[in-house]
Order: sequence, then C-alpha cells, then structure tokens
Amino acid sequence: MLKILKYSFYDLMRSRWSYVYFLFYLLLGVVLLFLNNDLSKAVITLMNVIIILVPLIGTIFGVMYYYNSREFTELLLAQPVKRSSIFLGQYFGVATSLSMSLVIGLGMPFVFYGIFNSNAIWDFSLLLVTGAFLTFIFTALAFVIALSNENKIKGFGYAILLWLFMAVIYDGIFLMSLLYFEDYPLDNFSLIATMLNPVDLSRVLILLKLDISALLGYTGAVFQKFFGTNFGLLLSSAMLIVWVVVPTFFIWRIAKRKDF
Amino acid sequence: MKKILHIFTLTFLFFATATSLAKTITVCNTCDVKTIQQGINLAADGDTVLVKKGIYKEVNIIVDKSIILLGENLPTIDGEDKGEIIKIVADNVTVDGFKIINVGTSYTSDYAAIRVIKKNGYLIQNLQLEKLFFGIYLERSNNGKVLNNTIKGDAVNEYNSGNGIQLWYCNDVEVRGNNVQNVRDGIYLEFSDNIKITRNLSKNNLRYGLHFMFSNNDIYEYNTFENNGAGVAVMFSKFIEMNSNIFKENWGTAAFGLLLKEINDATISNNIFKENTVGINIEGSNRVTYKNNDFISNGWAIKVRGACYANAFTENNFLYNSFDISYNSNMNDNEFDNNYWSNYTGYDLNRNGIGDVPYRPVKLFTYIVNRTPETIILMRSLFIDIIDFSEKVSPVFTPDNLVDENPKMKPIDHDRS
Repeated sequence: MLKILKYSFYDLMRSRWSYVYFLFYLLLGVVLLFLNNDLSKAVITLMNVIIILVPLIGTIFGVMYYYNSREFTELLLAQPVKRSSIFLGQYFGVATSLSMSLVIGLGMPFVFYGIFNSNAIWDFSLLLVTGAFLTFIFTALAFVIALSNENKIKGFGYAILLWLFMAVIYDGIFLMSLLYFEDYPLDNFSLIATMLNPVDLSRVLILLKLDISALLGYTGAVFQKFFGTNFGLLLSSAMLIVWVVVPTFFIWRIAKRKDF
Repeated sequence: MKKILHIFTLTFLFFATATSLAKTITVCNTCDVKTIQQGINLAADGDTVLVKKGIYKEVNIIVDKSIILLGENLPTIDGEDKGEIIKIVADNVTVDGFKIINVGTSYTSDYAAIRVIKKNGYLIQNLQLEKLFFGIYLERSNNGKVLNNTIKGDAVNEYNSGNGIQLWYCNDVEVRGNNVQNVRDGIYLEFSDNIKITRNLSKNNLRYGLHFMFSNNDIYEYNTFENNGAGVAVMFSKFIEMNSNIFKENWGTAAFGLLLKEINDATISNNIFKENTVGINIEGSNRVTYKNNDFISNGWAIKVRGACYANAFTENNFLYNSFDISYNSNMNDNEFDNNYWSNYTGYDLNRNGIGDVPYRPVKLFTYIVNRTPETIILMRSLFIDIIDFSEKVSPVFTPDNLVDENPKMKPIDHDRS
C-alpha cells in the first residue's frame, strides 16, 4: 500500500494541477495578508474559503483522479497486489498531496507575515487542520462515488451534487426545520444535525474560536456545555475523525467486492 | 484695601491658631491608647488620630468628631465577622490608610466596612478592604471623596454578598482610582446626582461592575469594567455622560458590556467595547448620542430591544463583531451615520473615503436568531450568506430605513490619549 501511496503521491506532485492548487492558495494568502493587512479579517475570509472551496476541490479532484488513472488501476489489479492497498493507496496519495498544497500554500504567507509572534496562531492552525480534514473527507467520498459509478458523467454529477448538498442545501433544510419546529426544544437536534454534515462541523469548530462571545449569548444548558467548555472542541474533532474513517471503510469494502 | 488686609490677617491668624491647637493622638498596641475608639474619644474636632502598624480587633468604631483618622504603614482593623466596622457620624472626617478585614455578613442589615451617615465633606482614601460584606457605604452624605481604595471581596452568591462602593441619596461625590473586585456590584448608585466616577477598575464582580439607579447628571470616565457577571447597568437615569471607558470580556447568556434601560439624554463617547457577548443592550432609551466608540469582536455590538427613539450613532468603529446591530422590530427612528463597519463590502469610486453604497447593519440572520435562538449554530454558513444577500437587496423583515448612508472606508482613528 505504501508503495502505491508513494507512487500516486509523486505522480500528483509532478502534475500541473497540484501546482495550480498550491499557487492559488499561496496567492490567496499573500493577497489577504499583504494587501489587506488585517489578520482578523483574513482569518474570516479564509474560513469561508476553507469550508466552501476545499470540499469542492477535494470532490472534483478525487473523482477526476480515479477516472483518469483507471487504466493504470486495471494494470495494477493484474499484479499480485491486495485490492484494498491499491485503492487506499491511491486515495491517501490524492488526499495527502491536496492537503499539503493547502497547508503549505496558505502556511507560507502567514509564516512570512509573522504568525508565530501573533496570538492568532491557534485560530490559524485550527483553520489549516480543519481544511486538511475536509480534504480527506471529501476525497474519500469522491472515491466512494467514483468506485460505485462506472459512468464518468454520472460520477461527476453525483460528486457535484454531494458538494452542493453539503455546502448549501443541507443548511437550508436545517434552517427551515429549526424555524418550523421552533416551539420545541431544539438544542440536541441542532447539535446532532451539525455533527452529521462535515462542512457544518468544521464551520462550528472554527466558530468556537471566532465567534465564541456571540455563541455564549444563547441560553440553553446543552449549548452552554458544548460551546462553553472544551467538550465542544473535543466532540467536533472526534466527529471529524469518524467522518474520515467511515468513507475510507466504504472504499475498502466496495473495492473488495467490485468487478472489473 | 486696609480692611481687606485686616480680614486677611485675621483669617490667617485664625487658621494658624487652629492648626497649632490641633493635636495628634497616637494609637498603637504598646501605647497608652490601645484602641482606635479610645483614640477617637480622646480627640477633639480638627485633631489627628494616628494609628501605628498592628492588628486592631474592633467593631463599631464610631467617628463622631471632625478628625483625621490616619493609618501608618497600613494597620489592620479586624472585625472578626461581628458586624459593621467604622461608622462616620460627623462632618469633614478623613479616613486614610487602613486595611479592614472580616466585616460581618447579615441577612437583615447591610454591614459595611465604612459607613457614612448623613454627613458631608468626608474623604475616604487608601484603604484596603478584604473579606467584606458591603465595602464603603455612603448614605445621604454629600460632597465627599472616595479615592484610591482597593476592595477585594470573596462573593459567591448574590443573595449573601454586598456591594463594593454604595451611594444612596448622595450628591456631589467623587469616586476615583478605586479597584473593586469579587463583590456583588462593584460600584452602586441609587438616587445620587452629580457624581463623578473616574479611573476605577471594576473586575470579576458577581453582578454589575457599575450599577446606576435613578441617578441623574452623573459622569463616569476612564474606568475599566472587566469580566463582570453582567457588565455595567445604567437604569432609569437622565443626563449621564459615559466617556473613555473600557468594557471588556463580559461573557454569558445575560451578559453585556453596557445595559441601558430607560436612559434619556445621555452621551456615550470614546469608549471601547471589546469581546462582550453584547456590547450595548438598549431598552427604552431616547436621545442618546453614541460617538467615537470602538466595538471590537463582540457577539452583538448593539442590541436594540425596542422603544428607542431619536438616538444617534456617529463615527463609531464596528470591528469584527459577529452581529453589528440587532433589532427586534422593523421600525427605526435612530440615526446611523459616518461609522466604519468592518463587514462593509462596498466601494469608493470618487475616493472621498466614504463608501458609495449605503450599508445595512441589520442582517436577516440577526432577525432569525432573535426569533429562534438555536439557529445561531448556522452562523457564517453559505446558505445564511445567500439569504442575507437577498434581504440586503430587498429588505422585508429588517427596517428598510436603517442604513448608514455614509459608511467610512477606513477605520476611524480615535485619539485615545
């Protein structure tokens, strides 16, 4: 598996898209910091980028990579290599290279800006960690979609739909249900609904750092416990890990049974 | 001319004799006079009672003459939780330089470390109060000064704790340079007019850092209010001036930097509101001017609850607040002009420093959160941004005349020297 991971990783490192992705983040970081010169504002903009753009790129890139390397995958399958290691190797290769582009691309301008001497360092590292998590989650979901759809167009369609659902539609339904059932206690419901969507989950994780003073304004024991203590941070991080592990397990299972 | 000279000489002579007549009585553990009360009994008007370093276990010390009660090297008066410690019942008394500890707690009477009753011209300074119920309690006493005291309580519950400095029916009092921590209300004013409160630090108090009730024409300036249970409350008062204060880190479900309730004709300028759950909570306040304030990283910078008319918000900085302004109705009679909003996304084509597109500080999401508080968990989501944008284009739920026509493009540089 490690060999395939290494191969996929180097393959991607050599590809143009990784550089484009890396340069995009580098440029974004530079523009945000050196033209705007306002760290707090930069962190807020970055949060929007991370919770919207990172999942989109992860999904598209994952699906694209799978379909493009299909011939090579078939070649590998003819060799005495375990199936799970082929697909998991490819998946980790893609996800690692994408998160590296993100972390290094955004990290470099901030390091030059002097983030180590600023107290925004924790907010910023949290942003990068959530970004990396989102990359892993959405690449895994993309692989699951690609593995279960032979048809390229269908696969792309489902992937885009998945992103649209997680990033926009889910919140719409969520908001509507909160407004519709406003007479009932909704603390637990809203926390659970947040946990079930990785985009919302990462958003809340960042909110805990960014808007904590507003979040504490809400009267409710469950929210108080979630937002006011480290409990929220721990639970959200644990859920993010679950969100990586579950799709990865599905990749493994589908790959094992799939006919080629 | 000669007459004036005569009067002058006479006055001078009078004062000279007066000072020469005033004597000093020394109290210490090894002196003839061993207790402070004994010292006061021996003194006459104008004398000084000098208390040397040591521990004096006394309660109910009654100061009934116009004397100076002076502590040398911070002597300690220990009340042993028995009740009130110093009671001032004469005009022109000075109490200076004591450490007073262990005031008794009672559920029926408000025991204080120092109480002034219906007397004028007092000066209370350089005291350290610890383990107290009420700290400095002024009742119906005018023209006094309370300066540079340190009050550190250990209050846990509101029902069995008292206030640091309490003014009840007092006029023309100056409260300056005090440090009040861990009591119920740091500074409490009731029916007190023309009070000047400057350069105090009120921190970690259970309820309010500063609390006004039915007090008019007061000024408070250059104070810091930090991490109090609910911030600063100004209620049912008129003509209050609040300038150059710092309100910060008042966090919690019912916490705010500043609460205004039934406040008319006040001025709020040059203050800094930082990291509070609600910067200013306004209810039933009219003709209040908000100018040159900074609202930084609050949950809500300003929450308008209703019945607020003819207020003006000009030249304030609103920086990185989760919500800038919250309204609970779509009526507006307040004016917003020339502020800087960090959330403003407009442009300035003619480069005059003022954005060409008006700014709407009330968002649809603010309205939704007011209605269903749980929706706060959706803050900063893409979907919320989309509905906020559509509301901005055509306001339905938010007041459509609530706009800042001249939003600044750059933060306003306020002179804070």
